[in-house]
Amino acid sequence: MTAQAGFDPGAAAARATDAILHDTLHGTHRGVVVDSPPGAGKSTLVVRAALELADAGRPLMVVAQTNAQVDDLVVRLAEKSPELPVGRLHSSDADPYDKALDGLPNVRKSAKAADLTGLAVVISTAAKWAHVKVDEPWRHAIVDEAYQMRSDALLAVAGLFERALFVGDPGQLDPFSIVGGEQWAGLSYDPSASAVTTLLAHNPELPQHRLPVSWRLPASAAPLVSDAFYPYTPFRSGTDHGDRRLAFAVPSDGSGPDRVIDEAAESGWGLLELPARHTPRTDPEAVRAVATVVRRLLDRGGAATSERSAGPVPLTADRIAVGTAHRDQAAAVRAALAELGATDVTVDTANRLQGREFDVTVVLHPLSGRPDATAFHLETGRLCVLTSRHRHACIVVCRAGVGDLLDDYPSTEPVQLGTLVKFPDGWEANHAVLARLAEHRVPWRP
Amino acid sequence: MSLISALARLEAVTTGRAQPAATVRHRHLSDRPLVLVPLTTAGEAGAPLGALVGTDRDAPQLLVVPQPRDRDLRFAFLAELADVVLPYVEAYADAVEAAERNETDPETGKRVKVEVELCADAPQLIVPSRAGIDLVRLLGRSMRFRRTADQDPETPHPAPPRVPLLGRWLTHFGERARVPGSSLLLAMTDVLARHWATGQSTLEDQHLGALLAWIDPPEGTPGAEAALTAELARDARGQLLCPPAGPATDPAFDNKLLAPAIERYDRARTTLAAAEDGLEADDRLAALTAAEREIRALVESRTRPTWDAVWRGLDLLRELPAGAYAEERWTRDRWSFTGHRDRVVAGEPPQPRRDDAVTAANKLATREREQARLDAQEALDDPLVMAGRRLAGEAFAGEVTDVVMAYSEGKRPSPRPLVTVRTDDRPYLGERAKVYRSLGGKPQAAEFVESVGPEDTGDGAVLLVLRIVDKMGRGKEPEAGSVPEKGHRVCFTLFEHEQRGGAKLPDPEQTPWTHGGPPGEQAVPEAADPLTPEDVL
Repeated sequence: MTAQAGFDPGAAAARATDAILHDTLHGTHRGVVVDSPPGAGKSTLVVRAALELADAGRPLMVVAQTNAQVDDLVVRLAEKSPELPVGRLHSSDADPYDKALDGLPNVRKSAKAADLTGLAVVISTAAKWAHVKVDEPWRHAIVDEAYQMRSDALLAVAGLFERALFVGDPGQLDPFSIVGGEQWAGLSYDPSASAVTTLLAHNPELPQHRLPVSWRLPASAAPLVSDAFYPYTPFRSGTDHGDRRLAFAVPSDGSGPDRVIDEAAESGWGLLELPARHTPRTDPEAVRAVATVVRRLLDRGGAATSERSAGPVPLTADRIAVGTAHRDQAAAVRAALAELGATDVTVDTANRLQGREFDVTVVLHPLSGRPDATAFHLETGRLCVLTSRHRHACIVVCRAGVGDLLDDYPSTEPVQLGTLVKFPDGWEANHAVLARLAEHRVPWRP
Repeated sequence: MSLISALARLEAVTTGRAQPAATVRHRHLSDRPLVLVPLTTAGEAGAPLGALVGTDRDAPQLLVVPQPRDRDLRFAFLAELADVVLPYVEAYADAVEAAERNETDPETGKRVKVEVELCADAPQLIVPSRAGIDLVRLLGRSMRFRRTADQDPETPHPAPPRVPLLGRWLTHFGERARVPGSSLLLAMTDVLARHWATGQSTLEDQHLGALLAWIDPPEGTPGAEAALTAELARDARGQLLCPPAGPATDPAFDNKLLAPAIERYDRARTTLAAAEDGLEADDRLAALTAAEREIRALVESRTRPTWDAVWRGLDLLRELPAGAYAEERWTRDRWSFTGHRDRVVAGEPPQPRRDDAVTAANKLATREREQARLDAQEALDDPLVMAGRRLAGEAFAGEVTDVVMAYSEGKRPSPRPLVTVRTDDRPYLGERAKVYRSLGGKPQAAEFVESVGPEDTGDGAVLLVLRIVDKMGRGKEPEAGSVPEKGHRVCFTLFEHEQRGGAKLPDPEQTPWTHGGPPGEQAVPEAADPLTPEDVL
């Protein structure tokens, strides 16, 4: 495949970044929206925009969604510009921030916004910002993960700033509420919709940008993820086929897990298909299969070659993640891994894996073994998060028959007047992913 | 569906009887609820056909619209409904008790305590099914913007005097019913399904007859069979033996019985209008009355079984002891009732058609908080609900096997005892996860320290070491009874027992640019929905 001939990913990404920064610093609009596909350098962009705004002498507030995201941004800012005075506004709970922040001399931490006035950049979560009262709003704000922020959370903080840069990934999980919000469906300010939906409904003239290159996803994965989840806003991978390689020192023992590992190392994708069966959510066989694949990944002495380093880097536990749909499934996988002595591997649900990156991911398919397909399991963003966390390879563990299950359960969510219908719908995206995975299928009867 | 409810449903299938899903009643039930069993006409959303309504199970009031297309008759029905519902509601408005409420002082901006009235009790409306709640909401919306001749002499179809007020109250009931755990307006099927698990799907549970057939089947009949009979059995004329709880009616009833009766009524009306002298008119009036009586009998025949079923449901629910926290939630219902009473008295306009951005966000936040509160309170009130949470890894119960005294570091060491709990549950505890137990009705927090797995205890149990962190008093030594002792049974939850209030949102006049700015002043009151060519009925 030489489809990327004539396409310089670095230049394309730089052009997009320049346009975004220009609109942010010199534009006339109150807001700028940036859509970023998985691994397209969103955090890098946020850090760079923050530094340029600070350089321009504009007091800046940064709104992120979780404390982990806030701490991560603070560390990145300090790495890039150790002299910059940064404020970390935190809650008054015990252990409100990452201890790593204590080692940064120019980062001031406080639970009171008043203690942080005058600092170039102040960073906190949306939930904490909602409690802040100011007489004079900040000149500028950056709202990170804006597609995962709920409209009502933006309502609570939007009075704090004059202008803002909204950055996020439209393909990931939508924000959710634990009670129904159908009553407001179709209203431009539906409180359970995403912040960007509301923002654009009221301010359609705002400039919208898109980062065109995923630096995380390998050339084998970008087309699938782009076609299945971003059909109208395609993106490319920053690296080409052959730029990344995954190799194992120990040869395959011919078992299903080993064969699927080899398939994934070769092609970037692997589908370990267990016999069709209706199972409880924590399907013991599938959970054990996931754990076995992880154990074999570690035992076979994997090494990952990529543009990041000159030589191959060993594939260690911290470079592997397991993704599931439900928390009890994650807990079951963790227990199974503990039995196999593999404890340092990240195991979490799609919601918690958002924004994270690994070399190899092992995914328990959300529809595996289910007798029905609910809106939760069909949600586009869930599958998108699970299949776009890896730099080298993704192995999906699934029971056979999901294709038929999808055909039995077409999306039946009522269409509400006035709401923006999201494309593609989860049903279609699931089919698209399944069709591609079928090319890398390894049937296995444990 | 949670594992425990799946289990309960399977048990219901094998035993042929619904299984308890709760050991206490999680909703407040009034001593004198107002039951409303409405029916609508097929073809037009919210066109009432009739209703049984009242507080006396032996003497319901029957209201009927003999010709649902006639808007005057419809108004007459709504006026009659207002005459039943409003006196019932207003009876609760006057008995008040003194209460305190936190309010923001407009001048200083400080939170101050204000002495206010709180209604000592509140009305409670009970409809058979969830569709009944939707109809209450729809009726509320169709009535609250109507104008009476007093309000607006020019209005083309003036509403009877009390109808707009009824619309406002029904809207309030309908809106309150969206708040999890509230009890101002209840659907009997929802409340029963909360307390019993049947051997049918949750969709089928919305059929009141089938649901009761599982919970309390006739002697010697399995629930499944009784439910099937309730759903499908028909008499010789093809009519359902157990009419649907409504508000929609069975098409066989509409076509075979109702439509001919309405036709006879129409004919009688036409002939009466064409009567040429008094004698003839007298005869024809008698015919019209007979035709109307026939329709009334039909409506009563379809609503009475549902009426009786609702009261039977109430009997079953009253056998359960009330949950301790249900009363606390009812107090919030009383606040809600008092608040709307005050808005009506103050002459405020009816609730707007659409919420503004700030109101919508506030309502969503309240409902999420109430949902979380309800989930926690139901578990704390009810060991069976707690068992479900334990099975889901969200709580654990066990025996204290060891208590080691320890202290926090710092200038003034505080007690931080380490408590070891032995449990057969498998909670999903993350590193340093917070857990809570109820101590005299207040949550005491502890921190998860470490666990010893079943492979080391050898009998399938796990040992969990927890560090108690609060509610032990101010002294160096913990207050008596504040730390569990060896041998005590304890139950900790991974979820919090009390909900924190969210941040205050801006006032509607301060709505930011991202949400369209301030909504602006409403210069003219909202008009009722205009009549359109689509309104064929």
